[in-house]
Amino acid sequence: MSARVPLPRWVDVALLPVLNVMLAFLIGGIVVMLVGQNPLDAVGIMIYGAFGYGSGFGYTLYYTTDFIFAGLAVSLAYQAGLFNIGPEGQAYVAGLGVILVALALNGLPWLVTVPAMIVAGGLFGAAWAFIPGYLQAKRGSHIVITTILFNFIAVSMMGYIISKHLKPDGVNSDESAPIDAISRVPQLNVFWDLFKHSPVNISFILALLALVGVYWLVWRTKFGFAMRVLGQNPTAARYAGISNSRMIMITMALAGAMAGMVAVNNVGGVQGRLILNFVSGAGFVGVAVAFMGKGHPFGVALSALLFGALYQGGQELAFSMPGITREMIVTIQALVILFTGAMGDMLRPPLERVFFKPPDNSSAEGG
Amino acid sequence: MTLTKFTSAIAGGVALSAILAGTAFADPALIYDGGGKFDKSFNESAYNGAEMYKKETGNSYSDLEITGDAQREQAIRQFATKGFSPIIIPGFSWATALTTVAPDFPDTHFVIIDSVVDLPNVRSVVFKEQEGSYLVGILAAMKSESGKIGVVPAFNFDLLEAFACGYKEGAKSVNPDIDVLETYVGAGFEAFNDPGKATEVTKSQLDQGVDVVFQVAGGAGAGVLQAASDAGKFGIGVDSNQNYLHPGHVLTSMVKRVDVAAYNAMMDEMNGTWSAGTVVLGLAEEGVGAAFDENNADLITPEMKAAVDDATAKIISGDIVVHDYREDKACPV
Repeated sequence: MSARVPLPRWVDVALLPVLNVMLAFLIGGIVVMLVGQNPLDAVGIMIYGAFGYGSGFGYTLYYTTDFIFAGLAVSLAYQAGLFNIGPEGQAYVAGLGVILVALALNGLPWLVTVPAMIVAGGLFGAAWAFIPGYLQAKRGSHIVITTILFNFIAVSMMGYIISKHLKPDGVNSDESAPIDAISRVPQLNVFWDLFKHSPVNISFILALLALVGVYWLVWRTKFGFAMRVLGQNPTAARYAGISNSRMIMITMALAGAMAGMVAVNNVGGVQGRLILNFVSGAGFVGVAVAFMGKGHPFGVALSALLFGALYQGGQELAFSMPGITREMIVTIQALVILFTGAMGDMLRPPLERVFFKPPDNSSAEGG
Repeated sequence: MTLTKFTSAIAGGVALSAILAGTAFADPALIYDGGGKFDKSFNESAYNGAEMYKKETGNSYSDLEITGDAQREQAIRQFATKGFSPIIIPGFSWATALTTVAPDFPDTHFVIIDSVVDLPNVRSVVFKEQEGSYLVGILAAMKSESGKIGVVPAFNFDLLEAFACGYKEGAKSVNPDIDVLETYVGAGFEAFNDPGKATEVTKSQLDQGVDVVFQVAGGAGAGVLQAASDAGKFGIGVDSNQNYLHPGHVLTSMVKRVDVAAYNAMMDEMNGTWSAGTVVLGLAEEGVGAAFDENNADLITPEMKAAVDDATAKIISGDIVVHDYREDKACPV
């Protein structure tokens, strides 16, 4: 085996992910076939459900919003070499910040409450991510372990706070008091009838801004440069006079703030109240989104859209095809995560063989 | 041009008649709560009711499982738009979504179980869980040799406490000195889906000398019954009749006839006798009770059966009033 030759860029960023997704669908199709349904019909229903009509597309964009924020929370930290598995918990705790300011300002128009919710959600999410950041920077506790554990702490803590303190009397399920309609993050169907009866809201636009913002921060600022240096070589970063521990803490806080926007979307917008476990896995999907998107905002946007379509299309499939159960939908989604995330490089060696051009031949012929 | 107009007119006509047919012969729909269709407990009980309807009438129904809270409104709306009625949604977590959607579909009938939604096209079915739990509490206390029994709710939650409190009251009516341990599986709704954790929690109770455990944890309860069976002790099932899960080791089950509620709603719709409003099902209505079948026949002595029958009669007549935890958020025993 000679030294590995890097793949052409378009193969690396476009062809490889597309092949991975197709492979996942192929195996998912076999699963669908095994239960006696037509896999092509299933794909058709999923695409129709995700993009075919207004409210379905609205749901796709709603899920996409969550996945963009969670994906950015992972990507941002990853640029600094930190593997943040905690967006789930960070978003959950951010929900507390969102609901506290929203209820305090309840009744005021959304132009006042929404910025307050963004700030509060960002601060709470940042605080929850800052602690693992601090423990990594000052105590050397590995960020992967601490962020995972902080997800569990968040679940217990929030469960306690919601059921014992935020729950109003006379309400059966565990949830906070509702935010008045006027103070919620406005849904896009207020402006576009197309999205009628779908939960997509202004947070989606916030997500698009966040994509641009993260790109600018990471690749166009001095801070972003320091972050990337730290990510690629901590020793070089220290030698260049960058305070690694300070960078780790700030980056984690920023990542947590990003995850906190998931709470603005759900608590402030869709549900209009804080319910138990509202994040429902979006934070973990964010890890897959970030890796499929190679940590770049553009890639994150595309893979978030893919997962959003998978979630909404999956719901449509469960509704339309009686033989398809919830578990099968999860299986198909898991296959996509498996092939694009965990086994994302499986097809790399064969592709490298396909695109490998022997160097001596090319120099002789090409001149 | 005329041809395409013609065909599209036909297509439109066909679509319209399909919609009309849909409303004329409305099929019922059933949307399960977070625990999922085959949780061997609450949701499965609703499923069994729907299957009963299907078998008896030959009519069909549709059902759906959801994967997240955002899908609640969506799922109700989907079925309502397609003309299903009644739409049955077991679980108190549906209350907010139903309150939002139901007014948009005034001609569709909705049935919510375990919660009250006061709208003109909604029937709310609630149960007196404390009454059925009182009965299984009596059985547990009479079966226990150690003088220690346990209850494992999914988490600290009013509805589940109503089970636990009735159980304690029933047990203490037999043996005032009995020790009742109460341990939660988790801290939130996901605890309903965590049989592994439920097993651990139960083992810890068994280690402390408990010999009868009442599971109030929906799908996670399978872990409770498993642990009790493995230790050669007794579990008590909940919602559905779970006596068959570990024959000889499930003392009884506190059945909550969610199946009857679902079945009745579908039959009423078919017979044109559907009504809105709140329906409360207790012992008197046979909405709750202790399950006796061939799987636990050897575990129940005639004295135990007599004690249950006696208490049943007294609760129905009003001589015994079982406390409802939800009224004052406190348990007197």
